[in-house]
Amino acid sequence: MRLTRRNERLLRLASAATLAFIYLPLLVILVYAFSASTTQVWPPDGLTTKWFGEAFNNSGARDAFLLSLEAAAFATTVALILGTLASMAVARYRFFGRETISFLVILPIALPGIVTGVALNTSFTQVLGVELSLFTIVVGHATFCIVVVYNNVVARLRRVSGNFEEASADLGATPWMTFRRVTLPSMRTALVAGGLLAFGLSFDEIIVTTFTAGAGEQTLPIWILTNFSRPSQLPIVNVVAVLVVLISIIPVYLANRLSRDVGAAAGAGGAVAAEGAAMP
Amino acid sequence: MSSDARSARWAWLAVAGLSVFIAAFAIGCGGSDSSDSTSAGGEMLSEVGKGEGELNLICWPSYCEDGSTDPDVDWISDFEKQTGCQVNVKIGNTSDEMVQLMRTGQYDGVSASGDATLRLIDGGDVAPVNTDLVPNYADIFPGLKDQPFNSVDGQMYGIPHGRGANLLMWNTDEVKPAPNSWSAVFDPNQASKQKGHVTAYDSPIYIADAALYLMAHQPDLGITNPYELDEDQFNAAIDLLKQQREFIGEYWSDYAKQIQSFANGDSTVGTTWPYQFLALQAEGDPVQSTVPEEGSTGWSDTWMISSEAQHPNCMYMWMNHITEPQVQADVAEWFGEAPANSKACEPQYLKKGPFPDVKHCEKYDASGEKYLDDLYYWTTPVSDCGDDRGDVCKTYDDWVQGWTEVKG
Amino acid sequence: MGHRLADLFHGRPRLQAGTLLAGPVGWLVIGYLGSLAILLIASFWTLGELSGEVERTFTLDNFKTIVDDSVYRTVTLRTVGIAAAVTVTDALLALPLAFYMAKVAKPSRQSLLVVAVLVPLWSSYLVKAFAWRTILSEDGILNWALDPLGLSGPGYGTLAVWLVMSYIWLPYMIIPIYAGFDRIPDSVLSASEDLGAKAWITFRRVIWPLVFPAIVAGSIFTFSLTLGDFIAPTLVSSTQFIGTVVKSTITTNLPLAAAYSIVPILIMIVYLLIARRLGAFEHV
Repeated sequence: MRLTRRNERLLRLASAATLAFIYLPLLVILVYAFSASTTQVWPPDGLTTKWFGEAFNNSGARDAFLLSLEAAAFATTVALILGTLASMAVARYRFFGRETISFLVILPIALPGIVTGVALNTSFTQVLGVELSLFTIVVGHATFCIVVVYNNVVARLRRVSGNFEEASADLGATPWMTFRRVTLPSMRTALVAGGLLAFGLSFDEIIVTTFTAGAGEQTLPIWILTNFSRPSQLPIVNVVAVLVVLISIIPVYLANRLSRDVGAAAGAGGAVAAEGAAMP
Repeated sequence: MSSDARSARWAWLAVAGLSVFIAAFAIGCGGSDSSDSTSAGGEMLSEVGKGEGELNLICWPSYCEDGSTDPDVDWISDFEKQTGCQVNVKIGNTSDEMVQLMRTGQYDGVSASGDATLRLIDGGDVAPVNTDLVPNYADIFPGLKDQPFNSVDGQMYGIPHGRGANLLMWNTDEVKPAPNSWSAVFDPNQASKQKGHVTAYDSPIYIADAALYLMAHQPDLGITNPYELDEDQFNAAIDLLKQQREFIGEYWSDYAKQIQSFANGDSTVGTTWPYQFLALQAEGDPVQSTVPEEGSTGWSDTWMISSEAQHPNCMYMWMNHITEPQVQADVAEWFGEAPANSKACEPQYLKKGPFPDVKHCEKYDASGEKYLDDLYYWTTPVSDCGDDRGDVCKTYDDWVQGWTEVKG
Repeated sequence: MGHRLADLFHGRPRLQAGTLLAGPVGWLVIGYLGSLAILLIASFWTLGELSGEVERTFTLDNFKTIVDDSVYRTVTLRTVGIAAAVTVTDALLALPLAFYMAKVAKPSRQSLLVVAVLVPLWSSYLVKAFAWRTILSEDGILNWALDPLGLSGPGYGTLAVWLVMSYIWLPYMIIPIYAGFDRIPDSVLSASEDLGAKAWITFRRVIWPLVFPAIVAGSIFTFSLTLGDFIAPTLVSSTQFIGTVVKSTITTNLPLAAAYSIVPILIMIVYLLIARRLGAFEHV
């Protein structure tokens, strides 16, 4: 579409401004991570890299980081299994209530996180008598990570015809062999992309986690929330924040490369990224 | 299209019905842990055995220092070495948080203020304490023993920790002249000058502070005890707080956030604990504080042991450790409160604290005669007014409701 | 064994589908919907008088409180209002950038821009909220920057909440709108041009109706995420929103918190039904 020079310039300006708006606060945090003082005064008194060393030595931050990794690993695994199963059923078969499945899968992420959190908390503490722990954290995370994997794999399965699987069955392969030799390779990149996004989602989640984490457990976001106001910990929080940002860039970039086809990126990746990342 | 829609609708109904059924099933068969703790609330220990190797505590900020805030301020590492009980500290910002945490049964003990103690005792969440097993109990100030908020029928439910007043703190550069009354935050003429920078404690218990103000400035209401408020008195307090809302910048419950707010000028006047004031002063920030002329609310804290404590021996060892004279002196100076152990006031201990001051106990009126005995300590409001009005007073539930209304 | 199974499943698509679905649907129905149902049931419970512990008696008191006490109405309206404001703001901010990305930028630029938008989307929601807390503080960078102009930033409060939420959810709006624009074939735009329509007319008559469902799709996230959030409001304001009220009430009165959580559920159900009617789900 051709635009007048003026319109194009305006559009370019607006876009640049929006991008700048998006990145500026992150750059501010980056500066604070190097700030020498322990308060948030601007401009900072001086610059130093010592906080990076202290962050690595901080046992609270380290433990929180490990817990977040553990929870994300488990949650991603569960989400991969359940999401793949559901997407295979929806993409390859017609049955009663098929549309409902899509809605059901999306529901944990469409409803406000606080609802999911309160519901799970009530169920665990009041009804089931289960203590809040890593298990409950993983249950919460897995529930809304399913949709991320589901969307990725469903989109891929829809693009790849089911004929190959039928042919495989006709040639005498068992369902497991068909899955392993035919289906799995075709959706491998979709699985990885979905898994990466699910991992990132779980790693960063705070709202549902606040309600499902036991009193003794702190995932990294909870650790940040507890410590950002403690003067002695604040600089470390800034450093951790920068590291979290850097760490999340990698899975996103990789997931994006894997769903590289623009149609997929727009349709599935876009949807996935948007709704998949939807639960902060 | 319509048959698809219809089948979708059936699918949804089936799913919804199934979930409700599952939920009802789970509730019916699931644990009802709330009902089995209405008994005396756990056994009282008859002797202290070997330490269990771990201890999970819920503490008010800075009550349980292990050197991570300031390497020289540490009364936990010694304890861990002596007893082998590794201490895990969970900080509670309000009494409500602490009650909720205790109810999970995952903690061994808590430093409870008077507005939490009765709720814990009544809910069966804490066990009575055998004071014979805590040698330092003998030296506790008599005025803290067998109080209505820490004992029932002569049986102690905890070991006193210390007490202190809520203070009025202000930024000396912004608030002039120096205030001496709570009207600095309640009187519109004064509060409006700090509009957007006034702060107040974010808990329903703050309603008592409003009632305290009305006690002095609206005597017709007849308030004699800020925790025993009938309908009219309660509504007046709520109205006062709603009026104050316009000037409030931030309600605080996280002590460290409040320190930050005063340090960078977001808050300039409001109620605080001595700890924040001392911390800001130590950083060189321009603040002052006082107990205003109307008096103040305060807290008298008690260490309580959970009825489901998994490490009761360690907890008893802790209760004795935290009431050691030197530890008491350290805590009292660090937080800015009056110690519970009378021996802590001896110069030999006060000299070695984080803010050495042999006059600490006079300044903070540890014996209680000057103003400490007249503080209106946090306690749980109940319907029984305790006087000839009968059962018409507002309960804590009403206070919680009211507080939500105040914040708007 | 494997072949026995194969025979069992062969020609029985429903059995195959059912087996596949057992796990995920079981998890979602039992674990998720079940807990939502428990939430609903818990909203009818109450508290013991002095102890304050949850008692499972049936009562409508909690709902009466929510309906009678004006504060709940105020907070709900305020939250819905902010959610709407944030949605509109984000749509306005997203449109130019998304259009540029989809239709004007060169393909190589395009994928770079997509990544550029996705990266902050993933950079920890909490970090972003807390970054704004420091930016908006009295000593922060915003006041410092506006000071020479004689102005000052909004400080903390409801305005800050709108600002911060708009910022945080913006990428969630950009991506679906970008996808929506991308789906519009260039040929349609050229045709409109060839027929003599100026840019603005093309936008209004051709592009807008085609991209609107995508905007609605994006709005589901901005609206839902704002509706239930309690972290950003706590960091940059003292105002109460649905999320903060639920969070603080769950400590003292779980049944009441459960009852009040039903409100955002109802709001979102209505919103989702409307969104589906507007075609958003094909673009999600």
